[in-house]
Amino acid sequence: MDAIQVALASRVAEQHRHHGKGQFFWVWGALLVMTGIEVYLAYQNMDPIRMLSILMGLSLIKAGLIIAYFMHMKFEVSRMKWLTMSSLLACLALMCIFFPDAFRILTLGVK
Amino acid sequence: MSEAVAHPQALAETYEPSLFGTYSKKIGMWLFLLSDSLTFGALLYAYSYGRISTPHWPTPFHSESIRNATLMTAFLLTSSLTMVLAVRASVFGNAKAQRWWLLATMACGTAFVILHGQEWSNLIAEGLTLPVFPSVPHHTASVEFADVAKTVPQFPATFFGLTGMHMLHVTLGVIYLGIIALRRTFIPILLGLWLIAWLATPAYSPFHYGAHVLLAAAIVCGIIVWLKPKVYDSSDVEVAGLYWHFVDLVWMFIFPLVYLMSTRII
Repeated sequence: MDAIQVALASRVAEQHRHHGKGQFFWVWGALLVMTGIEVYLAYQNMDPIRMLSILMGLSLIKAGLIIAYFMHMKFEVSRMKWLTMSSLLACLALMCIFFPDAFRILTLGVK
Repeated sequence: MSEAVAHPQALAETYEPSLFGTYSKKIGMWLFLLSDSLTFGALLYAYSYGRISTPHWPTPFHSESIRNATLMTAFLLTSSLTMVLAVRASVFGNAKAQRWWLLATMACGTAFVILHGQEWSNLIAEGLTLPVFPSVPHHTASVEFADVAKTVPQFPATFFGLTGMHMLHVTLGVIYLGIIALRRTFIPILLGLWLIAWLATPAYSPFHYGAHVLLAAAIVCGIIVWLKPKVYDSSDVEVAGLYWHFVDLVWMFIFPLVYLMSTRII
């Protein structure tokens, strides 16, 4: 690793030293609790669309916590946060274009 | 220049700052993870597409499967905590704690893979299988799964495709962390694990052949540590951590979509 990279790495390491250990335990606890809620909901015989919405909502919160705290995205510069997350979300959202076709298959040939 | 090399901070201030405020290895890993999330995104979309377009989607996961998958989730979440503690130990220069936290992360990852392997083996033994998997000798499929492979082939195809891809990522993650924690010492351990996995699984199990991933990884890792031997620093641990958290993150979507939405409530 060249000197600039060493300097950048040591600066990042210095930032890490200021993060308290407690916040990681809180995030871990919150993730476990949300997992417990998800499992509980799976046995509640709910309407599938409603259950899917709640489960995906919880999954997005869990993903957000993992990215922000465990992957340290919360502490990155805003350019890094916005470019990576917005490009990823745009690409994933574009894949939704296929879902109407999946619904169409169910009624294929029915006028 | 020589003075600047001796004081890397001074050199860093000589040039314009990094666009993303961090070192290249980390940006490289983030770019890889973004591309990999599209791979998993495509697989999750394929699973969801199959589910929407198939009226009689099976719900094969009994309470035992859900308990197993919940335990797997707990192992992965705990491994993320131990990983972040390993990164923390590395930035404080505590090599011993760093190594132990990395080993704890590997243990949780290995537990996840073993539990997942058991889950797969049970489903295959019950008849939920793929045409490429060898048939289990002297074993008839349960009534529940007898027709699934024929009437809803999308289910086993997307289930094994998605969870198999994730299991491969977790396995490679454990190997990656093993190299970071133990360096070349991990190569003979990996070869030992390959032999155990290969010899301990029956010839009809997909894991009998899947175990060769460990052999391939041992060869690749052997070449890497032979060509570029180095002591891994905190930046290497942090970059490995990003990869590990990513496999945890992906499971946070697989678990509810694949398991919880296909729970069999009796």
